[in-house]
Formats: sequence, C-alpha cells, structure tokens
Amino acid sequence: MKKLLRSVGACALSLALGLTLVLTGCEKAAEKPAEKAAPAAEGPKTGELKVGFVYTSPVGDAGYSWAHDQGRMAIEALPDVKASIVEAVKEGADAERVIENMARSGYDLIFTTSFGFMDPTMKVAKDFPKVKFMHCSGFKAGENVSNYFGRIYQARYLTGMVAGSMTKSNIIGYVAAFPIPEVIRGINAFTLGARSVNPKAQVRVVWTKTWFDPALEKDAAISLLDVNADVIAQHQDSPGPQEAAQQRGKYSIGYNSDMAKFAPKAHLTSAVWNWAPLYEAIVKEVREGKWTGNRSIWWGMDKGIVDIAPFGPMVPKAVADKVLAKKAELVKGEDKIFVGPIKDQGGKIKIADGVKAEDKELLGMTWFVEGVVGSVQ
Amino acid sequence: MSPELIIALLAATVQAGTPILYATLGEIISERAGVLNLGVEGIMALSSFAGFMACHLTGSAWLGLAVGGLAGALLAGLHGVVCQVFLGNQVVSGLALTIFGVGLCNFLGTPYIGQSTDGFHQFAVPLLADIPLLGAIFFRQDALVYLSYLAPVAVWFLLWRTSFGLGLRAAGEMPDAASAAGRNPQRLRFSGVLLGGLLCGLGGAYLSLAHTHLWTTGLSGGRGWVAVALVIFAFWRPGRAVAGAYLFGGVMAFQLRLQASGTNVPSSLLLMLPYVLTIVVLVFSAARARSARKNGPTARNSAAPAALGVNIEPVG
Repeated sequence: MKKLLRSVGACALSLALGLTLVLTGCEKAAEKPAEKAAPAAEGPKTGELKVGFVYTSPVGDAGYSWAHDQGRMAIEALPDVKASIVEAVKEGADAERVIENMARSGYDLIFTTSFGFMDPTMKVAKDFPKVKFMHCSGFKAGENVSNYFGRIYQARYLTGMVAGSMTKSNIIGYVAAFPIPEVIRGINAFTLGARSVNPKAQVRVVWTKTWFDPALEKDAAISLLDVNADVIAQHQDSPGPQEAAQQRGKYSIGYNSDMAKFAPKAHLTSAVWNWAPLYEAIVKEVREGKWTGNRSIWWGMDKGIVDIAPFGPMVPKAVADKVLAKKAELVKGEDKIFVGPIKDQGGKIKIADGVKAEDKELLGMTWFVEGVVGSVQ
Repeated sequence: MSPELIIALLAATVQAGTPILYATLGEIISERAGVLNLGVEGIMALSSFAGFMACHLTGSAWLGLAVGGLAGALLAGLHGVVCQVFLGNQVVSGLALTIFGVGLCNFLGTPYIGQSTDGFHQFAVPLLADIPLLGAIFFRQDALVYLSYLAPVAVWFLLWRTSFGLGLRAAGEMPDAASAAGRNPQRLRFSGVLLGGLLCGLGGAYLSLAHTHLWTTGLSGGRGWVAVALVIFAFWRPGRAVAGAYLFGGVMAFQLRLQASGTNVPSSLLLMLPYVLTIVVLVFSAARARSARKNGPTARNSAAPAALGVNIEPVG
C-alpha cells in the first residue's frame, strides 16, 4: 500500500510540475504588456484611446508579427493613444480568452492579426458591441467588426520581376506555406512578374504546410536548389530559405520585412508590409467617430502599406530601374497585374484578354498561372 | 532523377537522419537499462535551446554542444529520480517530461526567437571527400554528422564489450540477477538514463547548432517521438538504429525533392509519408517480435528488454 501511494504521488508530482510550467508559459505570453510604454502614459486620462493588438507569433526581430508591431509603434507615438500587445497567442480557444480579456479590460479598439483569429473575434465582438474590432486577412465582418489586409501581391509581382531578371537557369524556387488563396495569389503574381521580364522563367513550388519551421523550410529551399533553382523566394516567416540560398551562393527573395540581414550576399529584395498608414487612418476614424463595421479594407501600394525592400548590391541598375518604373505605376494606383490574357497551368485562358480580375476572384484564387510547376493541393 | 540529384538526396538523407540517430541511440541505452523514457521530445526541445543559448553567448559551438548534452542528461535525470527514487510510473513520468521540456523551452526561448548563431558548418574531410559517390554523400557534412558515424559503434562497444554494459543490460533484463551478482541495478539504471539523456540532448543541439543556425521554438518538430518508435524498429540494437534513422531521414528528404521536381502528387500525401512509414515500421517490428518470441526469450533477436518499464522495488 505504501509503495502504491508512493508511486501515485510521484506520478502526480511529475505531472503537476509539467503542467504548472506549461501554464506559466501561457500566462507570461498572455499578460506581457507592450515593452515601450506610451509617451503620454503619466496616468490614464479621459480621452485616451486604448488599442489592443493580438499576434499569433512572438514579435521577434523580423517577420509577420514584427511588421504589425512596427505599425503599432507608429500609432502609439500619436498623442493620447495607448497600444498594447499580446503575442504568441495560439489560434483557437486560447485566442477567444485573450480577446475577451482585452475587451473586458476597457480596450476601445482591438486588432486581431491572424487568419485563425477570425471566428474568436466574431464571437467576442457579439458580446462587446461597444468595442471596435479589426480582423486581419479574414472575410467575416459585423456591426462592430471590419476586416482588413494589404495587396501584398503587388509587391510580390515586383520581386518576381527581380527574380526573373536575375535567374540564369530560368528556374526559380518558391518555398510556399499553405495552399490557401492568399499564398496562391502571391505565387501567381510573382510568376507573372518573373515572366513579364523573362518568358522562359518557371517557378517551382514546394509546400511545407508551416508558417514558421526554419529547419523544414531550409530543407525545402535546399531541395529546390538541388533541382537547379538559382533564386529562392518564400512565404513563411523564417529566414531558413535565405540561409540555404546564401550557403549555395545563389540568390534569395524575402517576405514580411527586409531579410537582408539574414543573407546579405544572397538577398535581392523582399516583399514587405508597412502597416502604419492603415493603423493611423483607423485610429483617426475612431477619434472622429467615423469608424464603421461591416467593411473590407484591402489597400495596396498606392496607400503605401505594401512595398519592396531596398535592392541588394548585386541587382544591376537596369533591372532596378525597370522594377521601380513598374512600382511607380502601382503607387499611382494603376494595378494591371491580373489583367488578361492569363492562362492556367494547362494553358487554358482563365482571365480573358483585356479583362481585369475582380477582387472577389482574387480573394478566392485556387489555381496556378502558366509557368508555375507544382500542385495547388 | 539525374545522378547529381540522387547524391544530393542521399547527402540530405544523412543530414536529416543525424538528429534522429542520436536520439534513437540515447533511447536504446535508456531502454536497455530498463527505463522507458517517453520524454525524448521534451529533452530534444530543451537541449536545442540550451545548446543554442550557450553558443550564442560564448560563440563556441563545441561548448554549445556540451551544454545541450548536459541539459539533456539533467532533464533525463529528473525522469530517473521520479522512476528510481519515487518509483513513479515510467510512462506517465515520460509524458510529463515531454510536456515539461517543450513548455520550458517555449517559456525560456520565446524572447530569443529569430536570433542566429554561428554553430557548426559543413567541411570536406581531406582525402575521404574525394571518394567517388561516397565522398559527396558522407564526407562533405559538419562535425556532428562525422561524430554520429562513430556514435553507434561506441554505443555497441559500451553495451556489449564492457563490464559496465553487461551490468546495464542485466539491470534491464533481470535486475535481481544483477543484484545477486553484486551490482547495484538502481545505480546502473540511473547511469543508463543519464547517458541516454545526454545522447538525446546532442540530437536536440544538432538541430539549432548545425541545421538551422538560428533559434525558434518547436525545432524538435516531433523527431523525439520518431526516435521512440525507431527503437522498436531497431530491436534495441545500435546498428539497426542507423538504418532506421537514415530510412526516416531519406523519406523526409525525398518528399521535398519530389515536390521540387514538379510532380503533380498532392503535397499533403507527400508530407504524410514519414508518418505513414512510422506506422508501417511499427507493424513490421511487432510481427517480427512475435516470431522472435516463439524461439524463446534467450533467442538473439528477442524483442524488448525483459524488465523494461518495470521499476525495481526496494527489498523488504
């Protein structure tokens, strides 16, 4: 009996120890306040706007959440705005708890920045009709919820032009995340850009089904380099593919933020986010009482929320000029990227000559354009 | 596939198999001593972080490796204390160890995500690297891969050619006999657990120091569980662990290359391959174990150590 008690006790002890630490980990992630306190934080004033941000990954020093956090810091610099974050929130039930907690503690405006936060956001929004919610990258909206995203495909088209100009083997590798419209649209725009300057270029796609797994994503890049790709592009947050390209003496194209620091010898440019203009505009709307729900905001290069990083020194001036000329068009608001004739992989015309694909079509894109080698599944 | 592609595939196989090989060898030692350690995943996770931090702070890759191994031994030691001193259930304690290790690694490691370190780099071994085919596959890797070629031999020698190894196996097969022979089975088991944890730790440290050169949580990515399954596939023998680890690494490397070569097979099916292989391997091992059992427990190919997972009750 004594023995039995002892062994049961030991089991309970070890389990409890494990669980406590896991829970402490979650709590820490959940309650971490913004590192930089608001300049106007001498005390809660009336009229101070409390803005919350929920990120799915840790902010780190580069990547998707880091880019959102740059936007957050821009609005925190505004007078009477306090913008806090909760980072590393798992998509799903945990997210609902975190968002509800924010709504309950008096936040006026809450940004939830990952696709998987869509349903939790909708659910919490119903219970807190006075709080304003902004969900990034989803498609649902409500009385007090609007969604928003950026036309990052415009930046991808430009980086595709760079890749198409720099490739010698005419094989460009693309380390892709999940086969959802957002990623497929990016690959298509990238391929159209590459083939606009180099009709012989093909883009080979390897799916990892991850958003952040440096080991797997690096392996995927190496497998593309092995089949003679000499430029590697990527959709994930990790610099794994960049490192692989540099090790082999080939070129790379980054995403989310300027990835030059991870592979200075390989990095040609990156498709980058610049959320500040959008976040500033939303805060202004809320201040002036003009904010409304039920909207889908999809801004592009004309508003400055997507861009490309500075070119690496290996990009010739002629290439840079050509890309910058195209960028100038996009900045003016002339988006002709998905204007027909555009064929799919099988050579069938999907967008007719002279027709511009509608946003609805782009948001539901599940087919690859001609020039992509790989499966959409 | 062209010959160069096949060589590249095999070289990638060795690389992907190495961390799994270290972990499988570690688990073999632990299980040979009679202690089932299901905490390999947690040990690898924590060691990948400990190794990274040590290398990041001191700049020494070898120190990073040592700290990674040490962290693995320490965490396994916790399992040893629970099972040997408090006679806790080995399965429950091992599972708790995985939850604990992964949780602790996330807790401590989150602020450092995305930071990089120098670590180990590939270099060609003089002369050996020039051997046709084999040179390109085996001798243009990093120092930890070269070490992993020696590890199975060292583990085999330790277990079957030393008195310590004999005692260790006796503690796993029949602790009473070891005790009657004047050995202390509890102490032998404890050293088996620590040594096994050390090797698992090296496997974890390999991931951050030699494979990615940068830190993020979740580096172990299920490799610890694969190692636990491979021990059964390997029949608790170091030589077969090599085959298992490279087979698994090969499937992982192959599915990526199949995608890169432009196949139309859905990627979801390809990504499933390594795990389908794990299940197939377990089914085959179970069938083999059954046929081995027919030849009696003393047959050379007999399956698990007889006292695996059974705690040693104190006398009296």
